[in-house]
Amino acid sequence: MNWIAIGSLSDIPRRGARCVDTPEGKIAIFRTADDQVYAIEDHCPHKGGPLSQGIVHGTAVTCPLHNWVISLETGRALGADEGAVRTIPVRVEGERLFIALEALASRAA
Amino acid sequence: MTEKLVIIGNGMAPGRMLEHLLEKASDRYEVTIFNAEPRVNYDRIMLSPVLSGEKDYEEIIIHGDGWYIKHGITLYKGHKIIAIDRAGKTVTSDHGVTEPYDKLVIATGSVPFIIPVPGHNLPGVLTYRDLDDVRAMMLAAQSRAKAVVIGGGLLGLEAAAGLNAQGMDVTVLHVMPTLMERQLDPAAGYLLQRAVEQRGIKVITKANTQAITGNGKVEQVELADGTVIPATLVVMAVGIRPNAALAKEAGIAANRGIVVDAGMRSNDPDIYALGECAEVNGMVYGLVAPLYEMARVAASQLAGDETAAFVHSDTPTKLKVTGIELFSLGDFADGDDRQEIVLRDASAGVYKRLVLKDDRIIGTVLYGETADGAWFNDLKKKQTDISPMRDTLIFGQSYQGGAPLDPMAAVAALPDDAEICGCNGVCKSKITGAITAKGLTSLDDVRAHTKASASCGSCTGLVEKLMVLTLGDTYNPAAVQPMCGCTTLGHDEVRRLIKAKHLKTIPAVMQELEWATSCGCAKCRPALNYYLVCDWPDDYADDYQSRFINERVHANIQKDGTYSVVPRMWGGVTNAAELRAIADVVDKFEIPMVKVTGGQRIDMLGIRKEDLPAVWADLGQAGFVSGHAYAKGLRTVKTCVGSDWCRFGTQDSTGLGIRIEKFMWGSWTPAKVKMAVSGCPRNCAEATCKDVGVICVDSGYEIHFAGAAGLDIKGTEVLGLVRTEDEALEHIVALTQMYREQGRYLERIYKWAKRIGIPEIKRQIMDDDAKRKAYFDRFVFSQKFAQVDPWSERVSGKDKHEFRPMATVGFAQAAE
Repeated sequence: MNWIAIGSLSDIPRRGARCVDTPEGKIAIFRTADDQVYAIEDHCPHKGGPLSQGIVHGTAVTCPLHNWVISLETGRALGADEGAVRTIPVRVEGERLFIALEALASRAA
Repeated sequence: MTEKLVIIGNGMAPGRMLEHLLEKASDRYEVTIFNAEPRVNYDRIMLSPVLSGEKDYEEIIIHGDGWYIKHGITLYKGHKIIAIDRAGKTVTSDHGVTEPYDKLVIATGSVPFIIPVPGHNLPGVLTYRDLDDVRAMMLAAQSRAKAVVIGGGLLGLEAAAGLNAQGMDVTVLHVMPTLMERQLDPAAGYLLQRAVEQRGIKVITKANTQAITGNGKVEQVELADGTVIPATLVVMAVGIRPNAALAKEAGIAANRGIVVDAGMRSNDPDIYALGECAEVNGMVYGLVAPLYEMARVAASQLAGDETAAFVHSDTPTKLKVTGIELFSLGDFADGDDRQEIVLRDASAGVYKRLVLKDDRIIGTVLYGETADGAWFNDLKKKQTDISPMRDTLIFGQSYQGGAPLDPMAAVAALPDDAEICGCNGVCKSKITGAITAKGLTSLDDVRAHTKASASCGSCTGLVEKLMVLTLGDTYNPAAVQPMCGCTTLGHDEVRRLIKAKHLKTIPAVMQELEWATSCGCAKCRPALNYYLVCDWPDDYADDYQSRFINERVHANIQKDGTYSVVPRMWGGVTNAAELRAIADVVDKFEIPMVKVTGGQRIDMLGIRKEDLPAVWADLGQAGFVSGHAYAKGLRTVKTCVGSDWCRFGTQDSTGLGIRIEKFMWGSWTPAKVKMAVSGCPRNCAEATCKDVGVICVDSGYEIHFAGAAGLDIKGTEVLGLVRTEDEALEHIVALTQMYREQGRYLERIYKWAKRIGIPEIKRQIMDDDAKRKAYFDRFVFSQKFAQVDPWSERVSGKDKHEFRPMATVGFAQAAE
């Protein structure tokens, strides 16, 4: 895989998210309360809301537009809602964070 | 043929004995009594109320002269027996009367203990034992001078309270560190001392009296540590000892007291002793209950029942000082084999302690509230195993139902007049009555109709239990809506516990209230963040990660992920410079949409998130601050042009609107708050559908609240009319603060008001000046921390990470 450095863990607030701009659109990088890091498309399967702007709780995020709850681990909508968003592989090396761009590249191809 | 019964002493014990004896064998004896006191039998326990002036001597007489005549009893008043001739079976009085006996009862009582310090026999030194002492004290009290009571036990404190009631300046000296240490543990002793001191009686503990001095009469008391206390009256109340001197002289066996067997018989089979002078099984007694028991036994023996026997039992002690409730029983020392249950209510001055051993009560101290003393005494006497009701034992008998472990039974057992809601003074029957009469089925209904649990909410659990008891299965307490899936608690309960447990962070709330999730959810976190911001404005650090995106970035997110920005226009008033700055910002950032809002200001829509700080910077240059159009907080104060321009305007509605907005901006509230001020009842500012509205009239300002013009449409309620602008501001601020403190997150004012009840809100804001002022002050305090313009903070670099991407990657690869 082609791991691309995107910054360090401390760039993201705990229970928060930051965005990475890519040719495929925005990817949201989440940091949970216990410092796990997840990356998903910043695009709610419901109406495209920016998930990076939602409230992070446990390993899920609640979309700011209509309160869908999306699992950061699977990208799937939790509860009664149905839908999924793409997850992106993340690697944490100490403080430094990487995402795998092949996923993007192969999809673009 | 009748036997001759002679009784030496005419106190309460022989008096009671005679009553029993007359019942059992009224004709058996010819009775003669010798009383050293020149009077009939009176209730010595009631001497304290006589001293304090609450009762007269006549009211405390047990047996009047007529009683003795009726029963053919010869009473020698003022005759002290000076000799017993056991061989000749006669007694002789100091007046020379000699009386033969077949049976003799000695009831000489006790003598007060006098500390043999220098000066103890000076005139002005008294004891506290009989009516003569009381009369002497009352005489001394007429001088309104200073009195010292030596002894901080039961008797000493009663004497002190009595002298104090008679107008004397009283000091109590007690040699031990706490008062009544034989009956009370130190905690109760402390409460007692405080109560005694609150009556104006001085208390000196660890006071070692060294001398009483004076020239021919008492003038002062000197302590070992050098303290000198001026006094014209000294009362010694340090204890009593059995009066066994006469018996000893007659050769009757005596230790501390006259030694008797369980049948009250001395070593002379024709001589009995009872009362404080008697010693049974090595014990002597000073409280009335065991003395009466002795009287019962002696009477039975004299009537021929030789099986009657005295059994020791602990006797509760009660202090007879009006207004001080105190009860003490048994053994209450600490010990490894003992456990204790303690209940303290500091504000009510209540202290209760039960000492248990092997699941049985062995000691009880009750202070402040003693109603259950008798019950605890009963449990102790019967050696009842208390383990099944241990959890509720300390609350007393009324909390013990048929199934003591069931808290429902405890509520069912409450009397109808038991107060359930302290804030609103609602008793049990009022709640159950309203449920039945009005067919109430929800907690909100009960609150609306009875006000029970509608204020602080701490009695919610009790009210719900009453609903279950009254409605049966039709009421399901779980119907109390939990805040979210993370907890079973409702908003009100959480708010109450945050205050009660002093929870000041979100993790603390979740830990203490046993949240089911590790860090909550998008429902509870913003609510908790608001509650903490509201309740601890100075201590709590706002958790931005628990705020909705709008409040986190201080703009309104739109469906495409862009934001809208609304600067504050105070009272809806603007000018050319402001409009020009807005126009420039719109051009510079190519803002696609500009719109006038319903709240009399200008909304710029479609701004990219990363442009927000720059937009704010430009707006800030023109003097704009955030309009909080995104906030659960104060939004706008809409106004009309008022008396400055309008030919109908009665007051300066524009000015008042601006003043309110400048006072209240930045405050967070459970849900958004929109206000308006109209200059006359034509109501051009549409104030009567706002959260809070003002209609100006000639005579002042009519304050409205609880309107709605959104999901629901509802005209406002009138809070009241006030005369001045200052008053209008104070009332509006207080109302808002009340809502801030009681509202559930996302609950608009009109819903909150429906839940609490309009009359209750009026009562607190319009009628209760102190409450209104307190609400106002809390709002003002909170504003010190809230009135910071969030836009300029972010222009200065706060939360930069929010407005920039973390990285831009991948474009090179994609281009390949």
